[in-house]
Amino acid sequence: MQSIIPTPRWMRKTVPRFFQYLLLTITTILIFVPIVILLFGSVKTTGQMYSHPYSIPNPPNWDNIIKILSTPSFWGMMKNSLIVMVSTTGLTVFLCALVSFVFARLEFRGKNWIFNLFTVGLMFPINVAILPVYFILRQLEQFGINMIDSLMGVILVQTAFQLSGNIMILRGFFTAVPKELQDAAYIDGCTNFDFFWRILLPLVKPSLAAIAALIMIASWNDLLVPLVVLNSDKLWTLPLGTMQFQGQYSQDLAIVSAFVALSSIPTIIFYFFAEKQIVAGLTAGAVKG
Amino acid sequence: MQSNPAQEKNFYQKASGLSRKTKDRMVIILFLFPALIIFLLFVIYPIFRSAYYSTFDWKGLGEATNNIGLENYRKILIDTVFQKSVVNVVIIIVLSLAIQLPAAIILSTMVARDLPGRALFRTIFFLPYVLSEVNAAIMWMLLYNPDPERGFINGILVALGLNTVNWLADMNIVLFAVFVVLTWKYFGFHMLLYLTGLQNIPTEIEEAARMDGANSFQSFWYITLPLLSGTIKTSVQMSVLGSIQQFILVWVMTKGGPVNASEVMATYMYRFGFVRFQFGYGSAVAIIMFLICVIFSLLYRRLTNKPDYLTGL
Repeated sequence: MQSIIPTPRWMRKTVPRFFQYLLLTITTILIFVPIVILLFGSVKTTGQMYSHPYSIPNPPNWDNIIKILSTPSFWGMMKNSLIVMVSTTGLTVFLCALVSFVFARLEFRGKNWIFNLFTVGLMFPINVAILPVYFILRQLEQFGINMIDSLMGVILVQTAFQLSGNIMILRGFFTAVPKELQDAAYIDGCTNFDFFWRILLPLVKPSLAAIAALIMIASWNDLLVPLVVLNSDKLWTLPLGTMQFQGQYSQDLAIVSAFVALSSIPTIIFYFFAEKQIVAGLTAGAVKG
Repeated sequence: MQSNPAQEKNFYQKASGLSRKTKDRMVIILFLFPALIIFLLFVIYPIFRSAYYSTFDWKGLGEATNNIGLENYRKILIDTVFQKSVVNVVIIIVLSLAIQLPAAIILSTMVARDLPGRALFRTIFFLPYVLSEVNAAIMWMLLYNPDPERGFINGILVALGLNTVNWLADMNIVLFAVFVVLTWKYFGFHMLLYLTGLQNIPTEIEEAARMDGANSFQSFWYITLPLLSGTIKTSVQMSVLGSIQQFILVWVMTKGGPVNASEVMATYMYRFGFVRFQFGYGSAVAIIMFLICVIFSLLYRRLTNKPDYLTGL
C-alpha cells in the first residue's frame, strides 16, 4: 500500500504494528487465563490447590485425572454424550439436506408458507421452549412413547431445535449450485431424486461438513435438554455430569478442575481439527449483508 | 426460480413409468415430511400447548382444570422479580452492544489486515465459543472464588494492595461478573462475523481513500464501518436474541442469585417450571419470552430491511 503522506516507512508500519500486537496479546492472555488456571488445577493435589492455587504445578500430579478416568461413570457419560451427538448430528444433517433441497430447487404451492413456518423456529430457541417441550414429552409418555429419561427424547428435541437454523444455512449453499447443472442433469434424464442424490449431495459435501461440525458442538455442549429430560444418572451426558459433579465436590477444587479439564479436552481437540468447517458454517448463515 | 415450460414438457416425456409431475410431487412430500413432523411436534405444537396451559393454575398433577384466564400474565407482569429479570436482560443487552460488539469490531479489523500470525489469533479468540457453557461457568467460578488464597482474580487484587471483591455474592457486582463471562465466551463469535464481513470489502476502496489523504481512522470510520453495516445488523440481532435467552451460564454460576440480583427471564421461567412446578405460571413466562423474541425479530427486520438469516440459535 502506497501512501503519499511522507512519514518514514518504519513508523508507518512498525508503530501501529506494535500496538496491534500488544492489544492482541493482552486479549490472548485474557482468553487463556481461565483455561490455563483450570489445566494447572487439574494436575494438582487438593493440598497443592490450597497452598499454591494458581502456580505452575511442579511436578504435575496426575492422581485426580487417573481417579476420574478410572471411574466407570465418567466413561458412561462419555458414551451417552457420543450417542446423543452422533445421532443428533446424523439425523439433523439428513433431514436438513432433504428439506433444503426442496426449498432451494423445487417449486410447489404453499412453499413460502412452509418455509415461513420453519423460520418460526429461529424465534423460539430451546432455552425459551424448554418448559413447553417438556409438556409434549410428558404427553407422549402418556401415549406410551418413552421420551422422558431416555436418550431418544434428548436426540429428538435437539434435532427439532437444530432444524430451522441449519435449513436456512444449507438452503443458501444449495441455491449457490448453478441452475445450469440441474437443467443439464434433467436433459440427461435425471429425476429430481437422481439429481439430489448423485449430483447435488457430492457437490455440497463441504457444506454438509460445516453444519455437521456446528451441530456436533451444540449437541455435545448442550446441558439444558439433558437436564430436563434425563433423570437416572446412568443416562447422564458429560455436561450434565459435570454440573452434578461440581455440585457434589464443590469444596474440592482440584478434582472439579480435573473433571472439567477432562470434559473440555475432547471439544478443544475437535475444534483444532474442524475449525475450518465450524467457521464456514457459522459465517455462511449469518453474513448475508 | 423460473422453469421453461417447453423444456419441462420434454423432460416429462422422457421419464418412464409415473409421470414426472407425480414423481416430483412424491419427492417433495417424502423430503419434507419427516422434518416437518418432528418440527411441528416439538417446536410448533408446544407453543400452542403452553399458550393453553398459561391460562390455568396448574401444578402439573393430573389434568389442568382450574382456568384462571389471564391471571398468570397479570401476576408475572406485576412481580418485582420478573421485572428485575427483564431489567437485567436489558442491562446485558446494553452492555453487549456497548462493549462486546465494538471490541469485536476493533479486534477483527486488526486481525483481518495482513498481520502475520492472524490465523493463530483468530483460532485463540474463537476457542471459548466452542467450550461448553457449563465448563466455562465452572472455570470462571474458580477464578471468582472470593478467597484470595484460592480465587485468581482476588489474588491479584490482594497482590496489588486492593480489597477483595465477592464477585458472585455481591448484589451490585454479580451481574457484571456474569457479563464478563458472557463477553469472554461470545465476543469471538461476533469477531468471526466481522472478519467475514471485512473479507467481503474490496481492499481497493480503502486504498483509494488512503490515496485521497484519509488517515486510517477516517478510512475506518467513513469507509469500512458503513460497508460493514450488514454484518453489524446481524451481529446486533444475534446478540440481543442471545441475551434474551441466556440461561446456562447464569444458572450454573449463581442460580439467579444472590436475592435475584442476577435473575434473567430464562432462570425465572426455569425456577417456576422445574423447581416449583407451577406449570401454568411457567408457561405464561415462556409465552411472554416467545412474544418478546417474535416482536423483536419482526420489528428489527422491518427497521433494518434485513432477511432473517440466523445460525446457531
